Amino acid sequence: MIDFIIGHYSYWFIAALLLIGLYGMVIKKNLVKKVIGMSIFQVSIILFFVASASKWNATVPILEKGSHSVDIASYINPLPHTLMLTAIVVGVATSGVAFALIIRIFRSYRTLEETTLMKNLNDDAE
Amino acid sequence: MKINEDNPITTLVSSVVAPFIMLFGLYIVFHGHYSPGGGFQGGTMLAASIIIIRLALGSDIGQLQFPSRLGTPLGSLGVLIYFSTGLTAMFFGGRFLDYSFLPVAHTPSHQRSLGILFVEIGVGLAVMAILVAIYDDLLGEESDD
Amino acid sequence: MKLVNFGIIILFGLLLIYASAGLPNRGDADAVLNREKSPAGSQNAAAYYIRKSYEDAHTPNMVTAILADYRSYDTLGEETVIMTAGLVCFLLLRKRRKDNED
Repeated sequence: MIDFIIGHYSYWFIAALLLIGLYGMVIKKNLVKKVIGMSIFQVSIILFFVASASKWNATVPILEKGSHSVDIASYINPLPHTLMLTAIVVGVATSGVAFALIIRIFRSYRTLEETTLMKNLNDDAE
Repeated sequence: MKINEDNPITTLVSSVVAPFIMLFGLYIVFHGHYSPGGGFQGGTMLAASIIIIRLALGSDIGQLQFPSRLGTPLGSLGVLIYFSTGLTAMFFGGRFLDYSFLPVAHTPSHQRSLGILFVEIGVGLAVMAILVAIYDDLLGEESDD
Repeated sequence: MKLVNFGIIILFGLLLIYASAGLPNRGDADAVLNREKSPAGSQNAAAYYIRKSYEDAHTPNMVTAILADYRSYDTLGEETVIMTAGLVCFLLLRKRRKDNED
């Protein structure tokens, strides 16, 4: 029981962060708050992958100076770190494009609330 | 954007600190082999050193340091450096992005190490230019033509 | 309506916590992703990268060697993503040129 809690408590905290991001994306009505929620959501996924790559009593994945034999159990797993570098940069690009779209929407419709926006779109369509 | 003349602390500190941030960003790019770092991290630091001048000193002095029309061409140049490293390897007999065929060293492991360095320089340049270009486009600043 | 939304989000959170109980203990050096051989009998990627990255590419930093040498094609696609985002921002937001001659 204690082993299970020590081995899994970090995943529970990451699930809480994911729920905060999901709440911001779904329930808030302002467009900028939705983008902030999406950013929190992406950060929680990155933390999940990086946390699952650790090992007890192991160090960063950079080879120590002057060591000849490489012991695999003393370096943490480098593969999820590499994949998450790509994920961070994709998150930055997505946020940049999202903010550019928000600026264009504000120039055309003069509002950023979702309910007013949907009403304006329905009125334009009729 | 007007220069905030009654805020001398921000003006002085950012104009003193920005060259050191740029130097540290170059150090991170080039020491990606031996310490945590590499192309993406160093490119972000270089972009930070340019954006801090635009935030603190206004857009006139910012355009003097790094004009806005240089943003997207430098980004394309970074991707071109990456691509041409791969095509050079194909030109000398290997497969695409197989660095052990580049004519820069003698043993395959040293050739691959230098190939990694060229590729990281390309990535750092592209990331820096595109981040500054996104900042300029979102704020509507243009260089004087 | 808001209560239903909240309820669905809480339910999703409980589902995540129930699903994370199937993951191995965090930090276990004997977990399936840290072993030498995968369950199908082939070579495990992470163990190979840790063992061979210095003699293959003369780089002590394993993360940079994976990112720029073993999986350099993914980094090329990544850089194309950044450039596309920059071009999209440029195309969406540039000011329209006023034609004064018309």
